[in-house]
Amino acid sequence: MTFQLLCFYAFAAVTTLAALGVITLRNSVHAVLCLVLTFFSTAAIWLLAEAEFLAVALVVVYVGAVMVLFLFVVMMLDIKQEPLREGFIRYLPVGIAVAAVMLAEMLALIGVRAMAQVPAPANPAGDSNIAWLGETLFTRFLLPFEIAALILTVGIIAAVALTLRRREGVRHQDPARQVAVDPRTRVRVVKMAAERGQEPAA
Amino acid sequence: MHADLLLAAWTLAKILAISVPLIIAVAMYSYWERKVIGWMHVRMGPNKIGPWGLLQAFADVFKLLFKEIVVPANADKPLFYLAPVLAVAPAFAAWAVIPFDQGVVLANLNVGLLYLLAMTSMGVYGIILAGWASNSRYALLGAMRSAAQVVSYEIAMGMALVCVLVLAGSLNLTDIVNAQAGGKGLLDWFWLPLLPVFVIYFVAGVAETNRAPFDVAEGESEIVAGFHVEYSGSAFAVFFLAEYANMILISFLASVMFLGGWLSPFPASWGLIGQGSWIWLFAKAFAFAFMYLWFRATFPRYRYDQIMRLGWKVFIPITIVWVLVAGCMKYFGWITAGA
Repeated sequence: MTFQLLCFYAFAAVTTLAALGVITLRNSVHAVLCLVLTFFSTAAIWLLAEAEFLAVALVVVYVGAVMVLFLFVVMMLDIKQEPLREGFIRYLPVGIAVAAVMLAEMLALIGVRAMAQVPAPANPAGDSNIAWLGETLFTRFLLPFEIAALILTVGIIAAVALTLRRREGVRHQDPARQVAVDPRTRVRVVKMAAERGQEPAA
Repeated sequence: MHADLLLAAWTLAKILAISVPLIIAVAMYSYWERKVIGWMHVRMGPNKIGPWGLLQAFADVFKLLFKEIVVPANADKPLFYLAPVLAVAPAFAAWAVIPFDQGVVLANLNVGLLYLLAMTSMGVYGIILAGWASNSRYALLGAMRSAAQVVSYEIAMGMALVCVLVLAGSLNLTDIVNAQAGGKGLLDWFWLPLLPVFVIYFVAGVAETNRAPFDVAEGESEIVAGFHVEYSGSAFAVFFLAEYANMILISFLASVMFLGGWLSPFPASWGLIGQGSWIWLFAKAFAFAFMYLWFRATFPRYRYDQIMRLGWKVFIPITIVWVLVAGCMKYFGWITAGA
């Protein structure tokens, strides 16, 4: 057993345990943290498979950004634990059905891949696939890449438009106007003679 | 297997060779901060323990280590202890890709820049969890402020780094430094073509580390100490360590990305003084680290909405425009990497 294989088993075990934790832990904040750990150890497995860009992108996008917002929402929601357990038996058949379908799909995918005997594609970039990835993304797959970017931009604008509400009577600060204020219009300096203290009575 | 074990041991030795000096640097940096701010306030600063007060930092560390860690009532105990670890781990892990000299780097990753972004974005977990697990309103407020600020300024920082990678044509930090080499010394470095972005990067770095004048997350005068208000003893020391390690990290990164890393500011034709050396890198990083302290003694704290306005409405648009400018510089050949 090589060191790499050992690492793989370690990371895979952590991923599985963390994923189990996501669905079994009662505290929702703990569950979200387990999800973070799942993402992180998945990224580690991808690193072992020499998919550096995917691995780091997973950490940057999901661990660094998406899960932070997720954690925020979960912390603020203050979910009660009892109601969560109520429908467990009622929804169990649906859950099992979905899980079974997903398992079948995955097995079919692995089976198809194994039958097709696709040889592992040679790494076209030698030991660095990130330069190759960047170049391919901006030449061969430029159109899909730009469509994806456009869709994401539209999504951002839509999200802003959905939540943006104009309220009447809100007072805004305009820093440019604040800076341009002339102090002479705001402060009046009054010159007056100094007060003379009362002489103590002799 | 034996070769693997040997490699692991060798890597561990290199990790220790970086992290032990880093811890000592953090201790000395905190001493230097108090001394510099003291001088700027026309005070002496620490001057009692050891010659010129040099051992003050170590006295503080040992004091903190021997103090009790008080856990607030109804705090989430595992997360309360986990939070400082989550804060300090990324602050140290990011050092793996910093090149100190030509070839002197722990991990010469081809995705070095992305790795840095990933690690710095992980640091926010420690802060959020500390705020939440403490079961304290001040801590939660500080954590929320801090997380919003870190997430906002990360975008400006990331876009600034995109400009660097456009000019360098690589995500590898060693390649980025080498792309700034040339015959003209400091005029070849990226700070010149990327001047606005360079300024934004360092200012965003100050905001990202929650330092003055962006330290609303701690805000002693409003929310006591923010996310680590409930922490004491060694747990507090670990937060402190993470913050200062991050400050030193940002100083090194600004030097590597924009000031040519270990390259000499003088032309290579000037003999010994024109040669690259780790001494140059450390001098540049020291200058940035000093600026952190200078800012703290000089500027009043920003208001929270001003911080958000600066990040979203000023920094991000400028960096996005400058990505375009950097692309044009590269496309029309005004800037050639590596000369």
